[in-house]
Amino acid sequence: MSLDSPKEPAIELVGIDKKFGTVHANKNINLTVAKGSIHGIIGENGAGKSTLMSILYGFYHADHGEIRISGKPVTIRDSQAAIAAGIGMVHQHFMLVENFTVLENVMLGAEGGQLLAKGVASARKELKRLEDDYGLEVDPDAVIEELPVGSQQRVEILKALYRGADILILDEPTGVLTPPEADHLFKVLRVLRDQGKTIILITHKLREIMAITDTVSVMRRGEMVATRKTAETTVEELAELMVGRRVLLRVEKGAANPGAVLMSVRNLTVKDSRGVTMVDDVSFDVRAGEIVGIAGVAGNGQSELLEAIAGIRKPSSGEILIHGKSVAGVDPAGLRDLGLAHIPEDRHHMGLVLKFEEYENSVLGYHRDAKYGRGPLLDLEAMRKDAEEKIGKYDIRPPNPRLRTANFSGGNQQKIVVAREIERDPKMLIIGQPTRGVDIGAIEFIHKRIIEMRDAGKAVLLVSVELDEIRSLSDRILVMFAGKIVGEKSGEAGEQTLGLMMAGIAA
Amino acid sequence: MSTASVPLPAWINYGLIPLLNLILAFLFSGLVVWAIGESPFEALQLLLIGALGRGEGIGFTLFYTTSFIFTGLSVAVAIHAGLFNIGSEGQAYLGGLGAALVALAMDHYVPWYVTMPFAVIGAALFGAACAAIPAWLQAKRGSHIVITTIMFNFIVSSLMNYMLVRLLIVPGKMAPETRTFLPGGQLPKLDWLIAMFGGKIGAAPLNFSFLIALIMCFLVWVLIWRTKLGYEMRTLGISPTAASYAGIRYSRIVMITMLISGGLAGMMALNPVMGASARLQIEFVGGAGFVGIAVSLMGRNHPAGIILSALLFGILYQGGAELSFDMPGITRDMIVVIQGMVILFAGALEYMLRPSIVRLYQQLTGK
Repeated sequence: MSLDSPKEPAIELVGIDKKFGTVHANKNINLTVAKGSIHGIIGENGAGKSTLMSILYGFYHADHGEIRISGKPVTIRDSQAAIAAGIGMVHQHFMLVENFTVLENVMLGAEGGQLLAKGVASARKELKRLEDDYGLEVDPDAVIEELPVGSQQRVEILKALYRGADILILDEPTGVLTPPEADHLFKVLRVLRDQGKTIILITHKLREIMAITDTVSVMRRGEMVATRKTAETTVEELAELMVGRRVLLRVEKGAANPGAVLMSVRNLTVKDSRGVTMVDDVSFDVRAGEIVGIAGVAGNGQSELLEAIAGIRKPSSGEILIHGKSVAGVDPAGLRDLGLAHIPEDRHHMGLVLKFEEYENSVLGYHRDAKYGRGPLLDLEAMRKDAEEKIGKYDIRPPNPRLRTANFSGGNQQKIVVAREIERDPKMLIIGQPTRGVDIGAIEFIHKRIIEMRDAGKAVLLVSVELDEIRSLSDRILVMFAGKIVGEKSGEAGEQTLGLMMAGIAA
Repeated sequence: MSTASVPLPAWINYGLIPLLNLILAFLFSGLVVWAIGESPFEALQLLLIGALGRGEGIGFTLFYTTSFIFTGLSVAVAIHAGLFNIGSEGQAYLGGLGAALVALAMDHYVPWYVTMPFAVIGAALFGAACAAIPAWLQAKRGSHIVITTIMFNFIVSSLMNYMLVRLLIVPGKMAPETRTFLPGGQLPKLDWLIAMFGGKIGAAPLNFSFLIALIMCFLVWVLIWRTKLGYEMRTLGISPTAASYAGIRYSRIVMITMLISGGLAGMMALNPVMGASARLQIEFVGGAGFVGIAVSLMGRNHPAGIILSALLFGILYQGGAELSFDMPGITRDMIVVIQGMVILFAGALEYMLRPSIVRLYQQLTGK
């Protein structure tokens, strides 16, 4: 693992080993991160990236192994100790107090004394210096919830720098950003690196690794399988290292053969629980045998649109037509009977009951079907047999219908949902984030199933924040911004064009 | 790291951990007994002999157990749908009215086994009626079920006062209670059950409702784990968003669950009203509704666990009564302290030992 690097190492992990019960999350990990570099760590979900970073940040303790910072062995007992050692972490889900200002958030936990006034004054000065040094412009008096996501992330970075971090860990930082915002983040990261900070970037997006990192380490099944200089590797090589076999990065699909309109949305407006308009006068059709993709940055109304079509959220005006008939007031159970299947965005809270055993989840929403039990009773035998068939067909691992759903990996959990919805042989399929938190091998599998559904003449509506996914699957792409459909493009539309539309800049 | 997610074998989860919690509770109770100058060992011995030593003691213990099974089931059914029913006390109290009205109406004309099914239905209906308004308020208006069921305990208490003092009281008597039911309105004693084990039931009020309680345990098990309704209740209880995704109607499940829960609480009245005193008396529930919360939590909301924890509380009630009789230093209030310890360690602190047990288990199994 020794790459001849002229710079001295900022972090060395030596022989880190961690087990959770029977799961060997980190196996004898050795990693050296050079000072003043951007070091990417990639791997599928469950490869052990997050565990490794959590050990470095003091959330977990390694069973064996040593951490050295600037050559000195350290014990990191908790996040306080990590901060003291100069490590800062920017979490995937921001740890900000939404109704505090930027300044208050940055100070939080480092107020310096019982009375605020003095601390506020010095924090303001320090914040100004950090902003100037690193080009991280944010208004210190802006309230967090009023800031765009990209700025919130900059506040997270400022927070870490304010606490004196020399080493920054970013966990999937671009998941919530538009392409322009991501570009801005990368610019900031380069400035930080050039000023001598060390950056560890955890991601599963190969493109980001290629765009920004100096060095990249690949993890697979708890092991560090390779470290490469980014300039000397390729996307294909990294993908193969991650999965352990060759993978198709681009889905193969033939031309679409669209038929009759199965599902229509007319002037649909949906408000969220606070009364804010999330979907604003949206209309479109989905035909049999085509995949319509909805692109957009998370939070621009796609979730509410999907929930409205699925019958979970009541629209405030407009209508949804299935086979030309309005389905106003029809609940999700009724919509299932009309042939609408729904793979929800959030499998943890919506698509699955994590505490249930696998076979119980494989009937969720269809549990009233006669084949799962006559009258009021459930036929557990029939349910388990049915689950076993799906497990075989979708290669769900471990193949145990009695296992708690929470104990399956993200990819296998998603397969449970996909198997349940597709095997019902619906006429229409609405899908939210089909591969969020799913490993590459499973992504390939799920994408193939979606294409098969299209080729079998089903109407498919796909929502994803992964632009690559939308582009590789969709026959038509609708771009959503601030609750409106701002444009329609063919499946071949360029990333640049779509990116600008997603940011609300061009139509 | 958090050890809450580490899976442990069932015998540790459902056997060892509750047992250790119980031992801790008794240890601390022993310290309290020792602090007031009595011998903890003697006290424990007296408690156990009082509860289980003789046929009569066992009869009393199982009598209390019966009440706690009903209220424990009531709480458990609601918890499975994510509802915390604090109103079992009031629902049981109103259930008593239902049972008593049936008994008063029928005891002149038919034998007990004809009255019984009607009394079961009457008690359940009145209990369910008491839960219906809080359930509706939760389902349709979002008023928190904990608050509304607590309020209904007070409402029912006042209503029953009024009923007993003004309407149901025997004219010319001072005690606010109904007339004594004739045998046609009483549930028979289970003297044969105690006799099977060679004991004598004596004055103990153990009665037929014990068997009804056991049948209800089985029915609740079927409901929760073997029916589509139970599946919908559990889905809603664990994940309301998954329930809405699956087309499970929130208000429907909340209503049905609370009616069943209230009905089970109402059936508890059969035991004291028709089984023991053969009349409806003021405040006959005596806190059994609240004990049901502890019973359900300690029994992991499972009917089998509820039988065991109801038995434990039955032992504490009966043994405690004997203990305070035999040991003058230990008052009735001391018994409440001991019961409180059990609730504290088995309920509130139930996960206190878990992390260290997880670590020990992982070391021993070498994982």
